[in-house]
Amino acid sequence: MEQLLEKYYRPKLPHIWCPGCGNGIVTAAIVRAIDKLGLDQDKTTIVSGIGCSSRASGYLNFDTLHTAHGRALPFATGIKLAKPDHKVLVITGDGDATAIGGNHFIHAARRNIDLTVIVYNNNIYGMTGGQYSPLTPQMARATTAPYGNIDRAFDLSELAKGAGATFVARSTTYHAKQLAELVAKGIAHEGFAVVEALTGCPISYGRQNKLSKPAALLAWQRDHTVPVEAAARLKPEQLAGKIKIGVLHQETAPEYSAEYGKVIKQAMGGRS
Amino acid sequence: MAKAVLMQGNHACAEGALAAGARFFAGYPITPSTEVAELLAKRLPQVGGTFIQMEDEIAGMAATIGAALTGVKSLTATSGPGFSLKQELIGYASMAEVPCVIVNVQRVGPSTGQPTSPAQADIMQARWGSHGDRGVIALSPASVPECFSLTIEAFNLAEQYRTPVVLLLDEIIGHMREKIEIPAADSLTIVNRKKPVLPPGEFLPYQPEADGIPPMPAYGDGYRFHVTGLAHDYTGFPSGANSTSQELIARLHTKITDHADKIVTFEEQQLADAEIAVIAFGGTARTAYAAVEMARRQGIKAGLFRPITIWPSPAKQLKALAQKAKTIIVAELNYGQYVQEVERIVAGQAKVVSLAKWNNDPITPQEMLAAITGAQAN
Ligand code: SF4
Repeated sequence: MEQLLEKYYRPKLPHIWCPGCGNGIVTAAIVRAIDKLGLDQDKTTIVSGIGCSSRASGYLNFDTLHTAHGRALPFATGIKLAKPDHKVLVITGDGDATAIGGNHFIHAARRNIDLTVIVYNNNIYGMTGGQYSPLTPQMARATTAPYGNIDRAFDLSELAKGAGATFVARSTTYHAKQLAELVAKGIAHEGFAVVEALTGCPISYGRQNKLSKPAALLAWQRDHTVPVEAAARLKPEQLAGKIKIGVLHQETAPEYSAEYGKVIKQAMGGRS
Repeated sequence: MAKAVLMQGNHACAEGALAAGARFFAGYPITPSTEVAELLAKRLPQVGGTFIQMEDEIAGMAATIGAALTGVKSLTATSGPGFSLKQELIGYASMAEVPCVIVNVQRVGPSTGQPTSPAQADIMQARWGSHGDRGVIALSPASVPECFSLTIEAFNLAEQYRTPVVLLLDEIIGHMREKIEIPAADSLTIVNRKKPVLPPGEFLPYQPEADGIPPMPAYGDGYRFHVTGLAHDYTGFPSGANSTSQELIARLHTKITDHADKIVTFEEQQLADAEIAVIAFGGTARTAYAAVEMARRQGIKAGLFRPITIWPSPAKQLKALAQKAKTIIVAELNYGQYVQEVERIVAGQAKVVSLAKWNNDPITPQEMLAAITGAQAN
């Protein structure tokens, strides 16, 4: 780990995250995935939106872009199209990706552009102090839902798949090793890849929902998840309240920047 | 060899972008700016560049900035409501000092307004539309050839001053067809952003040089630098220090205002002995040429001052004008925006009259002549 720290993190620590926050674990999983694949650090760009998780870009030793709330994906789209041979990773939170950035999310998925999006899903707006997001479970408490949240939550993975993402996976900070493997698979996948990382926010979510102990959040992740392979053998009643983890969807489809490469070739009359 | 062709203003703008070296466009269709996007959709891949139609105006601006960070000259084009939507990220481009060009073919507003009618009502939005406080460069062409040359100029200024530059067209100019001679590529002056000379490790991406502007590596050059819209110090990382914000926000202004003499361009017609000066820009300046001629034929000493650079203001020139002319008429297609800037600068040294029109139609030469004769009588 020390080697990874030296190589992939900027000397910017300590980070801004609260003690017990899961964001460091997700970020470490991304770094392990990058290391496993041996990505060229000068040909990898990390883009993030706004929020607790999106501060991760600042800690990582790559070309990094901390954008505006919800806008990480279109910024990343511009980078990828201008530099198709670069790897572009996107770090975003649940509110960032699916509320203000919801439109960008579904359209990036629709295009199947080769971006790897890691959604740090802590079910809450952490940085602004605990307001409900589109991924806050129904009836959970939030500062803007003092009587319990009546909004129905998105199933992020289904949303991504429905919009055209060609790789969708999910894991948790409790399953940190699996999370790193899934991020690696997402990066290796050519096309729009979404990895949903369930991460605990003891402060803004936990305190309002009887999960303020980091260990309790991890135990919650352990007890409420089931590997997708095992889920296939379970009856619907056994699956009730369980979240599937693993690779949830993968298919092959034309990738956007490669397709545009063909447009250029055609427009240039075969020259390049 | 330059060849004369008939061309529309929006198309000349697109060709100007290509001539400036732009190789990326991201935008969202909106009238009356669409022809800029349509032509670039066809032309960009022919020169190895990229066009993408994004899901909304904000995304168009975001992708433009993203591409610009990889070292590619990038632009977007929009009109009124789209310009409003882009403001969030135009501010981002100012804060992160990312060179790019935003073409705004103005239409009547507020809101959806009149999509196909001319207006010049985004003058103040170009200056103050984005939240916060920053220096701004905005240019306004008054002919098809100028759509071409000022788009190149917009890129040159963006690259030199590391800032988003707004090209303020109006529907009159955007949709007008005129003869244009496309100059030979080797006759054009093209400015590119300065690159760092220090190696990675020693280089600070937001440390300004003597001219107030930091050099700019591209993503992929090996500098592994951080870009953020948060207030940041020379390293590019967020800083909450008072002194950092103080210096940064001041520099976002002064890196432009300190160079105003080099940035500001304008045109003067028959001003030497003018007692009445008309100030008009963009499509309205076309009317002003005619009205000034008509007034002269009636023996009225009228002249025209046409700001080409709308922001920063041609303050020095306007102050000098106020010393010479008795009356200054500010003609514009809005409820009276630029006239306020002129009044501020002139500060009572001359009489300032507003000739504002906002009913979907351009100002006619007769209306402008009436304003001139009216001023003469007073
Ligand atoms: S508020 Fe929550 S998500 Fe944000 S740093 Fe603290 S624990 Fe982490």
